[in-house]
Amino acid sequence: MHHLLPLLVAVPLLGATLLVATGRLLPRPAAEITGLVVSGGTAALAVLLLLHSSPPLVEWVGGWWPVDGESVGIVVVGDGPALGMATLASLLTLAALAYSWRYFDEPPRGHAGAFPALMLVFQAAMCGFAIAGDLFNAFVFFELMSVVAYALTGSRIDEPKAVQGAMSFGVVNSLGAYALLMGLGLLYARTGELALAKIGRGLDATAGPGGPDALVLAAFVLVLTGLLVKAAAVPFHFWLPDAHAVAPTPVCMLLSGVMVELGSYGVWRVYTTVFAGPGGIPAADLTRALVTLGVLTAVVGALMCWYQRHIKRLLAYSTIAHTGLFLIGLGVLTPEGDDGIALYIVGHACVKAALFACTGALLDRFGSVDEHTLHGRARAMRAFGVMFAIGGLALAGLPPFATALGKGIAEEAVGGPLTVVFVVVSAVTGGAVLRVTARVFLGLGPRPQDAAYETSGSDEEPETGGLLSRIPDSMTAVPAVLLGAAFAAGVAPGFGGTVARSVNEAGSGGAHAAAAWTAAGILLGLLSALIALGLAGLAVTRPNWVNRVPGWAVPLRRLQSGHVGDYVAWVLFGATALGALALPGVLGG
Amino acid sequence: MHVLPYLVAAYVFLTGCYGLATSRNLIHAVGCLAVCQCATYILLLAVGYRDGGTAPVFSDIKPGSRPVVDPVVQALTLTDIVVGATVTALLLALVLQIARLHGTIDPDELKELRG
Repeated sequence: MHHLLPLLVAVPLLGATLLVATGRLLPRPAAEITGLVVSGGTAALAVLLLLHSSPPLVEWVGGWWPVDGESVGIVVVGDGPALGMATLASLLTLAALAYSWRYFDEPPRGHAGAFPALMLVFQAAMCGFAIAGDLFNAFVFFELMSVVAYALTGSRIDEPKAVQGAMSFGVVNSLGAYALLMGLGLLYARTGELALAKIGRGLDATAGPGGPDALVLAAFVLVLTGLLVKAAAVPFHFWLPDAHAVAPTPVCMLLSGVMVELGSYGVWRVYTTVFAGPGGIPAADLTRALVTLGVLTAVVGALMCWYQRHIKRLLAYSTIAHTGLFLIGLGVLTPEGDDGIALYIVGHACVKAALFACTGALLDRFGSVDEHTLHGRARAMRAFGVMFAIGGLALAGLPPFATALGKGIAEEAVGGPLTVVFVVVSAVTGGAVLRVTARVFLGLGPRPQDAAYETSGSDEEPETGGLLSRIPDSMTAVPAVLLGAAFAAGVAPGFGGTVARSVNEAGSGGAHAAAAWTAAGILLGLLSALIALGLAGLAVTRPNWVNRVPGWAVPLRRLQSGHVGDYVAWVLFGATALGALALPGVLGG
Repeated sequence: MHVLPYLVAAYVFLTGCYGLATSRNLIHAVGCLAVCQCATYILLLAVGYRDGGTAPVFSDIKPGSRPVVDPVVQALTLTDIVVGATVTALLLALVLQIARLHGTIDPDELKELRG
């Protein structure tokens, strides 16, 4: 079975090559069917491998097996979390391709294969990053994933905003990737190893009596900077709203649904395999760094999410807020926290992709994604209104969606005041989506007033040939299926337990934790859903009271300046802050 | 002076970052990103260097007869160069398109996405 692992990368890459080679000759339906078949085949393979992932599959690519423990080959590791992320990425790629079936404008003659080919390369890169067993391959797939994402973000090259968003995305993410490479160079210098598990053992073997030294700290900061830029943690997040606001909707589904989460997955993977031992970073320091950044990310994301009127940007900030919650859950370093976050990521991917799909339908029907312009105009789109409301409630954590299950388990793991952060942040992000539902699909409340310094979203180009008079069934079915999946993942008996078992097997050395609904989790989920409903109600009935940006939040808004130089400066600041947060382990050891 | 190459790598990386943060021209910014990447080449090659070592090509030297530098980092650097060429080409294409659509390549004048 383990021989099939490299196919997760090879199959989509071959499919993309085929599409690039023959795309000039193929008619559009043939190119898209090829894309769907290859992507679906890879997804099926990922599911098959996932079912056999215990004990973990290991494959040395090209038959370069280690001799006497010394290896020069490339290792890919298929354990539960790795194959789980690969499956999630593959299924979401399939959903995005199905969604784009009737979505895009007729591509220019001779370029029918370009978009599906890029999506397949994206899928290959995400699968590759998930199963990479050595740090250099993780870097290569990280860069491949980034480069394809820049190209996909800027794929509507005739739109001024799209190229601008892709540019800052490209510069900030590439800088993060180079930081990751510097860190990996330092780790190689210390241990002479590239495979994740062997670097970890090498660090432990070379550790002095005083714990980690400055080199380990520098490598830790550099590697985490790269991964946190991808995960869009504050203050590394500035590229994300700009890129999400301008990317085509099927691409947004992938960017927000799984690419950003791969950054959090990378943080978890690198910490548990490389820095968790005695030669790495002490647990207390990691907890301090991740929980601090996580709380900051969650609060800033939720605040900025509430004050957006551009619906895609609103969803983008909501992804940032959830990244913050993921980092808190992973940062407390308990098996329960890991389980909760794994389930949360699955649920979040389905719900967020469904919400983006509904937004795309609005864009193609009305040529706008602006909450103010669309006020009351989408009354006739009942199915989408219902899906938007369900999506908002699921984001807020209404049981029995998988988001609520994951959130409930993570809340119990973090405990204390951090539970409040979970409840409030998920309620605010869900409330913002419900507010959009009430205004756009129901036309409730007066039309809100415009504020200064914001991106409106009223002059976006529709992505179809013209404005649609009727939404095609494929575009309705995809969000419905995704919401159904989030529901099924929450109620399917044993799903939570299976996820928890595979995560614990890979991460916390066999400490098994149960993952099931608890009374406290259900009550907290209901509470945050109620708060979300209340916030949405207040926003609609008292628009000036709730929507006027308070004075202290304006500077926060001005930070998102659209200037790539500012974003780079914030990445450097964030790296310094990360170093300062992890420093006590080096000084005190 | 074995620390020197590492200091040079850090210096080059920070110089590139400074250039990126203060750039008034997107082509210059893409160049600065390439400078940051050059720092990674310096670091990787410095890691694999050995005093008195030669190239790790065993067609004309007997294995074990004299020290060779680490070939792994050279392979990594080569891969890194390929990655960098892709990124630079794509970003320059985006700059071209920005110049065509916005009529400027000064990031200070790109004000459409904010807030």
